[in-house]
Amino acid sequence: MYELFSQYPFTAAMLALVGLGLVFGAVLGYAAVKFKTEGNPIADQVNDILPQTQCGQCGYPGCRPYAEAIANGEAINRCPPGGETTIAQLADLLGVEAIPLDDEHGEEQPAPLVAYIREDECIGCTKCIQACPVDAILGAAKRMHTVIASECTGCDLCVEPCPVDCIDMLPEPSSVRNWRWEMPAPAEIIATDRAA
Amino acid sequence: MRKIRDFHGGVHPPENKAQSLHGPIRPAGIPPQLIIPLSQSYGSGAVALVEPGQHVAKGEQIARAEGLSGVPEHAPSSGRVAAIEERSIAHPSGLPATCIVLDTDGRDEWIAHHGAEDFRQLEPAALLDLIRNAGISGMGGAGFPAAVKLSVNPANRIETLIINGTECEPYITADQALMRECSVEIIGGAEILAHLLGAKETLIGVEDNKPKGIAALRRAAQGSAIEIVSFPAKYPSGGEKQLIEMLTGKQVPSNGLPADIQVVCQNTSTTLAVYRAVHQGEPLLSRVTTVTGEAVTRPGNYEILNGTPIDWLLQQVGFRQEHCSRLIMGGPMMGFTVTNVAAPITKTSTCLLASTETELPSPPPAQPCIRCGFCSEACPVKLLPQQLYWFARGKEYEKLEDHHLFDCIECGACSYVCPSNIPLVQYYRAGKAQILELRDEHERAERSRVRFEARQERIEKIALARQEKRAQRKAAAEQRAREAGGDGSEQDLIQAAIARSRARRKEQTR
Amino acid sequence: MALQNITSPHAHGPLTTAKVMRRLLLATLPGVVALTWFFGPGTLVNIAWSCLLALGCEALVMTLRRRPVGFYLKDCSALVTATLLAIAMPPYSPWWLILVGVASSIVVAKHLYGGLGYNPFNPAMVGYVVLLISFPVEMTRWAAPLGGGATVTPGLLQALQACFNPATFDALTMATPLDLFKQHGDLTVTELWLQYPHFGRWSGVGWEWANLGFLAGGLWLLYLRIFTWHAPLAMLAALALMSALFYQGGNPGGAGSPWFHLLGGATMFGAFFIVTDPVTSAVSTTGRLIYGALIGVLIFVIRVWGNYPDAVAFAVLIMNFAAPFIDNYTQPTVYGHKRDGGSKP
Ligand code: SF4
Ligand code: SF4
Repeated sequence: MYELFSQYPFTAAMLALVGLGLVFGAVLGYAAVKFKTEGNPIADQVNDILPQTQCGQCGYPGCRPYAEAIANGEAINRCPPGGETTIAQLADLLGVEAIPLDDEHGEEQPAPLVAYIREDECIGCTKCIQACPVDAILGAAKRMHTVIASECTGCDLCVEPCPVDCIDMLPEPSSVRNWRWEMPAPAEIIATDRAA
Repeated sequence: MRKIRDFHGGVHPPENKAQSLHGPIRPAGIPPQLIIPLSQSYGSGAVALVEPGQHVAKGEQIARAEGLSGVPEHAPSSGRVAAIEERSIAHPSGLPATCIVLDTDGRDEWIAHHGAEDFRQLEPAALLDLIRNAGISGMGGAGFPAAVKLSVNPANRIETLIINGTECEPYITADQALMRECSVEIIGGAEILAHLLGAKETLIGVEDNKPKGIAALRRAAQGSAIEIVSFPAKYPSGGEKQLIEMLTGKQVPSNGLPADIQVVCQNTSTTLAVYRAVHQGEPLLSRVTTVTGEAVTRPGNYEILNGTPIDWLLQQVGFRQEHCSRLIMGGPMMGFTVTNVAAPITKTSTCLLASTETELPSPPPAQPCIRCGFCSEACPVKLLPQQLYWFARGKEYEKLEDHHLFDCIECGACSYVCPSNIPLVQYYRAGKAQILELRDEHERAERSRVRFEARQERIEKIALARQEKRAQRKAAAEQRAREAGGDGSEQDLIQAAIARSRARRKEQTR
Repeated sequence: MALQNITSPHAHGPLTTAKVMRRLLLATLPGVVALTWFFGPGTLVNIAWSCLLALGCEALVMTLRRRPVGFYLKDCSALVTATLLAIAMPPYSPWWLILVGVASSIVVAKHLYGGLGYNPFNPAMVGYVVLLISFPVEMTRWAAPLGGGATVTPGLLQALQACFNPATFDALTMATPLDLFKQHGDLTVTELWLQYPHFGRWSGVGWEWANLGFLAGGLWLLYLRIFTWHAPLAMLAALALMSALFYQGGNPGGAGSPWFHLLGGATMFGAFFIVTDPVTSAVSTTGRLIYGALIGVLIFVIRVWGNYPDAVAFAVLIMNFAAPFIDNYTQPTVYGHKRDGGSKP
């Protein structure tokens, strides 16, 4: 065997190469099957990250259109409700640099807001119902309207059309139910303060 | 002898139990006002059934359970409903919640009530109803409604009922006192639960630092099939999962329930409450709570009405307010601090610990983690707390879940041993909260997306329908024009329209 | 008194980081005593000078980082690093050598990586390796041990002189047994032993006692549960196994008996004071077993086939690199995740 190879070095080299090729091919093939990525088009994945507020602050009529625009190369920093988190996630997904929010499109809200209709002032004009992108407002013509708080995305779009200005954007009140533990204050810094 | 398995880790904090074990259980009395929060349990809350001004008798139902995981509430004493309003409650957030405020009249008059003749004649469903209607929630601290825990999926035939008499937290002795004084009722309660569940064996797990309690239970259990198992004390052997592992050698699957491995676990106080509910028909109106700490002069175990304000209670036991630095609801390992003394004692209050600065000194500032690994040696769940801490600080949520953050039982063993004084448990709680919030947000976003798309579709459909109608109308007009004899050209259409309008006008003038 | 609002647990165990560090320092005592007995007070002077320098460096860096100096000096971690480095260095090292070593340890290896708890490499070993590479002559010049080449050890004054006025100090130095082993591959072990009286009983006069001293200190720490047995035991076992495999009955070219390796050089010191450094080692028990064992193997490989006579520092630094990977693959099985119990999704 060995002599055979030493006599025909070229054949031996070829055999080795082919062998290697086969091995790597098999490994790659296996990896391709094992770690197959979902056949999810990029726009869907982007849309999955966007907060679905549907506010249109990005300049597109809803999150889905903006997602498609991003997939086609639009800047990733035009979504104020998503803010830094969303930008970071998008950057991660698309393999680009995370950039600060473009404040031309609005500022990030510290806490999510929910629309409330001051019900005794409502005249039942249905204008807000037509504006709501997620059908979160209930009501009929000449009847009082109300917002389904759990479905409201806080997009702000209903405030403008209201002819009597009876819609307020308010933060959700904190209660025992939605209260959450906070991270401890970074203690190593507290130590600094104490000594200072 | 039953083989006791050990669980990983654990710590041995100083017990400090002797202070509250001097005397028998004493009633704390009836305070002038009771404050009954409407969401005492872990699950959903309750809905008030009474109006302000209404008179209620002791034991009368004043709120019904909301949803499956709520528990009803009963008036702990007779009196008049003063208000239903937001009051400060004992909760780690310090936020207020809706409470029924009851002005007691001191007469303590019972509503008519009676127990079941023979619980063995009752169907499990009927027993379960009795327990649910008595408003019993888990009294070991978490407050999970007892009835929910007891209504197991019939597919899981319960093999083992475990009564948790462990009480591994320092300072707390309420269950221990109950074992000494009410062992017969506890055994009776265990028999009811065993009957309800059809359990093959019933075990009462007690740490060996309660010899008197064990002796009393053994005496009471003579002649029954109930086995009292004792084992060396170690914190947190009273954790449900740890206790189950010790007694049965089985582990509750992550994310699962004890019932998945054919085990149900109930707390001692809860068992006693079940006994009273079934045999005497008494709803859960009071509980035995340990009131202790160096800042009270008469520490001990007190029978306290549900809703008793903490400040009133502290007055009864000789509170030395100027010495108290920390007021803890629950034990020193897992309890939370209360800053508003107007908050009430509830069904889940195992202990009220009024400690002084020397007793539980303020934590010094945290130092960097030196990765000494003391925490992972102490963790009863075999987590790597130092890694979790690292990831929680870096907000690496995926890593946190990979390292099983959600299996953490928040027992505090890791923080207890951490030489750098890092508030590890708070990091985990916050980490869990943030992950849950993200999940929640994502779910909401998903819902918004669906709603948005549905709306989009509807708008398109309407537009399409309009278009179609227009097209149809146009087609119909052409048809008519053709019928009128034209060739369907534009001209004809106009002619036809003019003819139609003339005809209409004629009709009107006629 | 205002009621505090603090998260649980409210009780705290007795140990603090400073206490842990102080116990570590105390545990080096038997080994240091042995070293002093056999080599004279050189190690003591090393330790004193390097501790002083370390405190200075730490204070300087903390001031520059705008942190409270006192708070951070209190944790004694700088003292531990300095002591370990000083023990590893040859006795009677000149002051500037120690200065360079301490500065590399504290400033570079510790604080440039973020300070206590954040450093990926063992600071003392980084300092040691920097010195070994930059000043190989000074770093391999060991004093002759009492009863194995020297009849008296230098006095304290001489030791101070050696440190602060090195030009005027001329000590009796000789190669360490590990050095000799390297240089005399052609002799059988028995011949070596006959030729050099300071090989002592197992692994060199003085060395064996120093190792036993560090072993004693280590066992005390083990008893106090400052660390677990996994990493040191795995390292010693791996080293013993390797040397048993390659002993070849003491033939020329053989690698010395297991005893020689276990009690020679910095073995015990490394096993109980360097390998156990929690910051830079693996975290889980399985992880620590692997980490320790690989260090043991590496020590043997470098000692026998590498260029340096002793290898604890190199082996540890190489494994420091690997620790995060080991951690990644050795997560313990968490409660409720057993294969037989099955976990619910
Ligand atoms: S006990 Fe504290 S210092 Fe030690 S590894 Fe755990 S978190 Fe870090
Ligand atoms: S609090 Fe969580 S991480 Fe800490 S010891 Fe308990 S279970 Fe383990």
